[in-house]
Amino acid sequence: MFVLVLGLCPVLGVSTQVSNAIGMSAGVLFVLLFSNIIISALRKVIPASIHIPAYIVVIASLVTITEMVMHAFVPSVYSALGVYLPLIVVNCIILGRAEAFASKNSVFDSILDAIGMSVGFALGLTLIALIRELFGSGTITLFPMGNFGGVINIPWFYDNPIRVMALAPGALLIMGYLKAFFDWNTSRKKDK
Amino acid sequence: MSYIAILLTFIFINNFILVQFLGLCPFIGVSKNSENAIGMGASVTFVTTVASVVTWAIYYFLLVPFNLQYLQTLTFILVIASLVQLLEMVIQKISPALYKALGIYLPLITTNCAVLGIAIINISSSYNVMEAFVAGLAVGLGFTLAMILMSNIRERLDLQPVRGSFRGMPIAFISAGLMALAFMAFDKSLITNLHLV
Repeated sequence: MFVLVLGLCPVLGVSTQVSNAIGMSAGVLFVLLFSNIIISALRKVIPASIHIPAYIVVIASLVTITEMVMHAFVPSVYSALGVYLPLIVVNCIILGRAEAFASKNSVFDSILDAIGMSVGFALGLTLIALIRELFGSGTITLFPMGNFGGVINIPWFYDNPIRVMALAPGALLIMGYLKAFFDWNTSRKKDK
Repeated sequence: MSYIAILLTFIFINNFILVQFLGLCPFIGVSKNSENAIGMGASVTFVTTVASVVTWAIYYFLLVPFNLQYLQTLTFILVIASLVQLLEMVIQKISPALYKALGIYLPLITTNCAVLGIAIINISSSYNVMEAFVAGLAVGLGFTLAMILMSNIRERLDLQPVRGSFRGMPIAFISAGLMALAFMAFDKSLITNLHLV
């Protein structure tokens, strides 16, 4: 994700809390996995001239399913993700993988590709959310389970929050620094 | 909400790029020089305005009567994709000069989250058709504003000595972050203070 800079809108929009990042990643994993399976299974049936509209229909139906499932089982995440959830449809990663990989490879390879891509997406998204939530409000929000309320307070950060990190500018600043860090890391490996 | 309030909201307070992060891909991708930025901004404004009205009409005249609201995402993306295609053909026929200026940006707009985003927000804020039209226009104008600002910053950044790994994309993100910081000065109190609600 940091290398490709694809699918950015949801990344910056939902990364205010770790739980939202995980919910979003789950949505992307589901949609990407099934869109890759369906498209690679149908790759010989779909005529080349209308392949993009066909992919969009497949992806949009899967996103609608995801929306309905999330609305039913995790309403809090559903309302937190808001407009970003239907926007998975226009996430460049999904259409990009359908076009670049699933339309040319077998179903099994496409499944592996989808899992790899979404794990990368989930890691990047959770990393940004972790940094933003830690510095912005000093908490880490997970899902409530049993007598665990779902919110971990980090002692020092909780008393000294840097509010701007949780707001819009923080997302862009952190994205810039992380991108610089990963670029530096890549170029350092190349030099060796 | 009055129309001026909607305009101010989507141009400044909830600027799609800098506050909501919708439409970031072209923002980072196409903002390398100001000519392209203006072209992209103009095309997006055109499409968001038309798409707002068309998706609004489809939602209320087609989906609601048949209780098909859950098909919203699916219908909207198809409508936007065909709308962009249609606009491309119409502009090419009517005004070849405009087509030359905007042509290359039009296909990119289908996958721009700003267009689908405003279509969905129009419905979820239950705007009427006129408000949806104004919101679509305002989103486009806000997008254009951010694009022009960003492209000017990046044209200057090209001439500055930026250190190693920060060159290019990272420094663009950081400048955008600082710009978003400036945009935080606009908030909802602006509308209340101007007595627009």
